[in-house]
Amino acid sequence: MGNIVSLRKVAKRYTRGKEVVEVLHSLDLDIAEGDFVALMGPSGSGKTTLLNLIGGLDRPTEGEVIVAGEHIDRLSGAALARWRARHVGFVFQFYNLMPMLSAQGNVELPLLLTRLSAAQRRANALTALTIVGLADRARHKPSELSGGQQQRVAIARALVADPTLLVCDEPTGDLDRRTADEILGLLQVLNREHGKTVIMVTHDPKAAEYARRQLHMDKGALVDGQVS
Amino acid sequence: MLKQTLAVTLMNLRAIPQRLGTSSVIVIGIAGVVAVLVSVLAMATGFHQTVANSGRDDRAIVLRGGSQAEVNSSIARDNLLTILDAPGVRKDAAGRPIGCGEIVTIVNLPKIDDGNLSNVTLRGSCGQLAALRPELKLIEGRLFEPAVRELIVGAGAAQQFRGVTLGSRISFRDSDWTVVGIFSSGGDAHDSELIADVDTVQSAFRRSLYQSVTALLDAPSSFAAFKDALTTNPTLTVDVKREPEYYAEQSKQLTKLLNFIAYFVGGIMAIGAMFGALNTMYSAVSSRAREIATLRAIGFGAVPVVISVFAEALLLALLGGALGAALAWLFFNGNAVSTLGANFSQVVFRLTVTPGIVVSGLWLALFIGLLGGLFPAVRAARLPVVDALRAQ
Repeated sequence: MGNIVSLRKVAKRYTRGKEVVEVLHSLDLDIAEGDFVALMGPSGSGKTTLLNLIGGLDRPTEGEVIVAGEHIDRLSGAALARWRARHVGFVFQFYNLMPMLSAQGNVELPLLLTRLSAAQRRANALTALTIVGLADRARHKPSELSGGQQQRVAIARALVADPTLLVCDEPTGDLDRRTADEILGLLQVLNREHGKTVIMVTHDPKAAEYARRQLHMDKGALVDGQVS
Repeated sequence: MLKQTLAVTLMNLRAIPQRLGTSSVIVIGIAGVVAVLVSVLAMATGFHQTVANSGRDDRAIVLRGGSQAEVNSSIARDNLLTILDAPGVRKDAAGRPIGCGEIVTIVNLPKIDDGNLSNVTLRGSCGQLAALRPELKLIEGRLFEPAVRELIVGAGAAQQFRGVTLGSRISFRDSDWTVVGIFSSGGDAHDSELIADVDTVQSAFRRSLYQSVTALLDAPSSFAAFKDALTTNPTLTVDVKREPEYYAEQSKQLTKLLNFIAYFVGGIMAIGAMFGALNTMYSAVSSRAREIATLRAIGFGAVPVVISVFAEALLLALLGGALGAALAWLFFNGNAVSTLGANFSQVVFRLTVTPGIVVSGLWLALFIGLLGGLFPAVRAARLPVVDALRAQ
C-alpha cells in the first residue's frame, strides 16, 4: 500500500516572548495506508505536535505535510477545516464529548458537515455506535456513561464519517487498565478489520503494543522505530 | 453552513441551563436597563398624550400676544365680546357665541399618597362650559352655580388629592368652596383641574382680567377666518391657536426632558449592562473552550461558532429586554402620577407603555447584546484549537 502520511523536513517552532522554541527539527516520516502507529516519547518530545500536524490542527514552520494526497500545509484555514472533516477522525484523552448532546447526537456531529439527510445521519450514527458496542446507550448523555463508554462514543464519532485516518491523542490516558485494553482492542479491530489507518500518541508502553509500529521521539526528532 | 450554524447555536443554547448563574447576569442586567427606559418613556408618553390630547381641532384658545401659557396671559374683560363676535365662532340655539373667558389660578391641596401640598389648577369658566367642552362629563353631582363658591373636580385630581370628594369643602383664599360635582374629560389635562364659575373665582382672587378665551368654532376649517379676524384687529394684541397645538406646545419641554432622562439614564445603565454581558459571554466562551475547539477540530468553521456566540448573547439580551418591558408594563402601565405642568400646577397623567416603547426597549437590549457578544465571539473564533483541546 502507498503512504497515507508523508512529512518532509518538517520543523515546528514556537515563539514565547523573545525566545524561539523548536519543537520539531527537520523531521521526515512516512506512514502507510492501513498502518497502526504508536508515537511514544517523554513529555515535550514533540509527539503531540507531530500528531497535530498530521491531523491538520497545526501548521509546520517549515517543510511539507502530505496527508491523503493533499499538501495540507498549503491549505487555507477554511479549506483545512473542510479537509479535516473529510479525512480525519479525532480521539482525545478526555473524550471531548458535548455534554448537552446524547451519545447519538455526539456521533452525528461530523455528519452535520456532510450532505446526508437527518434520517441517514441517524442511521450512520447508530451503525457507528453498534461497531463500538454502545447501540443500547444511544440516548444517554455523556454524564450518564462511564469513562470507557464515553471514549467509545468518541471513537464512534471519529469513525462515523468514514475518515481516511484516525488520530488518537492519549486515548487511554484517563482510563483504568481493563477499560484501556478494551478501547485499544477496539482501535485494533478498526485497524485490522475495517482497514482504518490509526496514529496514536501514548505514554503507555502496553498501549503501544497494540500498534503495528512504534515510533519513539525525543527532543523533536524520531529516534527509532519498531514493528510489533 | 446553515446546518452547521444551527447545530452549533442549538448546542450553545442547550448549554445555557448549565451556566444559569452567569447567564442570568445578562438577563437581569438588561432587564433593569429596559425597565428603566420603558418606565421613563412611558412617563413621557403618558404626559405627552394627556396634555397633547387635550383639546379639539374646532376649538381655539386666545392668549395675550407673546404669552406661552394661560398663566402668564391676560385679556381685558372688554375684549371678550370682540373675540367671541369674530367670524367662525359657533352659536348656540339662542344665538349666543359658544365661548368663555377663563382664568387659571393655583391652589394648594394635600396629595393622598404623602400629604404634601401640591399645586392644583383652579379654572374659572363660564356657564357655557358644557357646550364649550362637551367631552367633559359629570360622573357625579352637578355643575357649579354662578355667584356661589362651588366647584367641580376632575377625576384625576380626585384620585390624587385629599378632601376633594363630592360634598366636601375645600378652603382657600379665606373661604370654603363646596365640591358639587366630579367630572371626567377623558384623561386629558382638564382631568387634573378644579373648575368653578369665572366671576366667582375672579372675585375671590381679586382679579378683573381673563387669562384666556376659549371659543368653539363652526368647524375646524373656520379657524383661519377666526384667527385672521383677531390678529388683524388693531384693538387686540392676541395669539390664536388651535387647542391641540397649544397643548402640544405645553407638553413639549417636559416630554423632551423626560425623553432625555430616559435615554441618558438608560444609556449609562446600558454601558454597565454591556460590561456585564461582555463578562458573561467571555466566561461562556471560556467555559466552552474545549467544546468549541473540538467542533473546530472536527471540521466546523469559525463562522458558525461566531454566530452561535452572538445568538446566545442576543437571545439572553432579548429575554432580558422582554422581562424588563414586561415588568415595566406590569408595575407602571396605567399608574396615575402627577407632575408640574406648564401652569406650574400638577397635571395628573397615566404612565403609558406603548408597543413602540417596548420595541425601543427591545432594540436597546439587542444593541447591548450585540456589543456584549462581539468581542467574546471574536475570541471564540480565534481560540487556539490545539491548546484548548488539551485543557481539562
